[in-house]
Amino acid sequence: MRYLAPKTVEEATTLLAEHPGAKVFAGATDVIPQLKAGRPEPEALVDLKKISQLVSVSDEGGHWSIGAAAATAKLTGNKALAAEFPGLVEAAGLIGSDQVQSRATLGGNLCNASPAADSVPAMIANGMRAVIAGPGGTRTAAVEDIPTGPGSTQLAAGEFIVSFELDHVPARTGDAYLRLIPRTEMDIAVVGAGARITLDDAGNVAAATIAIGAVAPTARRVPAAEAALVGNPINDQTLAAVAEAASAACNPIDDKRGTIAYRRQVAGVLARRAVVAAAERAAARTNGGN
Amino acid sequence: MSRTHVTCTINGDEVEFLCEDDTTLLDALRDEVGLTGSKEGCGTGDCGACSVILDGALTCACLVFAPEVDGGTVVTVEGIADGNQLHPLQQTFLEGAALQCGVCTPGFLVAAKALLDENPHPTETEVRYALAGNLCRCTGYDKIIRAVLAAADYNGSEG
Repeated sequence: MRYLAPKTVEEATTLLAEHPGAKVFAGATDVIPQLKAGRPEPEALVDLKKISQLVSVSDEGGHWSIGAAAATAKLTGNKALAAEFPGLVEAAGLIGSDQVQSRATLGGNLCNASPAADSVPAMIANGMRAVIAGPGGTRTAAVEDIPTGPGSTQLAAGEFIVSFELDHVPARTGDAYLRLIPRTEMDIAVVGAGARITLDDAGNVAAATIAIGAVAPTARRVPAAEAALVGNPINDQTLAAVAEAASAACNPIDDKRGTIAYRRQVAGVLARRAVVAAAERAAARTNGGN
Repeated sequence: MSRTHVTCTINGDEVEFLCEDDTTLLDALRDEVGLTGSKEGCGTGDCGACSVILDGALTCACLVFAPEVDGGTVVTVEGIADGNQLHPLQQTFLEGAALQCGVCTPGFLVAAKALLDENPHPTETEVRYALAGNLCRCTGYDKIIRAVLAAADYNGSEG
């Protein structure tokens, strides 16, 4: 296996064209354990962290741009980002230990394509877009369309994510991500739920995005839960509809972390709680982002 | 295939070594550089026994490819004392017997140093969260947490 470290996006796409057996990586927190577990070594590993664009976090041009290979510690350490998107930043900060936070990335969390990836429901809830470089040039895709199943993505050969675009929040908007693990730290989600809520002046829900993780082959939106909220107040009745819709949207597996029935039940509970947390933040934010 | 030449700063000294491209930083430190303080517990980033500070950030050396650190700066457990003067954490771990078998200890020392560098007077809760990535199967953690808090007090007495 060869280690290659391009300095620019163009250099990386050229290297990937020259080495069809190569794979890209960022923090290596999944890649190295997978190689140790016996996955075949690629011909070459292309390190994306040496490309400055891939590791920058910026607020320019009317939206946030988060490098796909920026360490999650860089997100949790960014006060402006954390104030505007507390749910997203908390989700990113839940991934692994401090040791892992200095290496883990949103691009890696998404492209490793674990159904339980913590950042993904929060990225989907916030409508984030992936800017993808490849042999055919650059394209943009919604984060929710990137994973296609456990360990697989829609990225074509030679493609990699450069950055994520994140629009500033409107006024009266808040996000939240909650996960269930049987301990306090250092575990993989049994269920995760992300929500983003915008309230109107009367306190009713003007817009809602809800996404659940670890309960289906990929993280997924719950349109029925969103529809139950829009135009209505947050109350016992609408929250019960959210929980029911989230449970119904699950297609989970039985494994050592949880049974199908348990995951279904918890998905409803967490979706409801995430909506409440996001709505509280929405009510507290009278002004939008920059 | 020829081996890759890596130049970096380890514990303040410029160091050069040769390695295969798929060698981890942990294996390079132990086998090529001869610094065996960093331990391999799990080899998959779960236990923290190989904790090092890479370019200012705490990380697991087992999750880093050695060629990545070319031009970088690494601090290992061998680099935290000041000559013969133990780091306050090393002193309080000794005084508090905050170890039994000792395999996890280098990782705890480096992770705790990274914490105290950032936050010289953490609460017990902050210490426990900061050290969540370090596993100890002997002590039950209590003595380790107390030793870190004692070292933080030591920071205070030094002003």
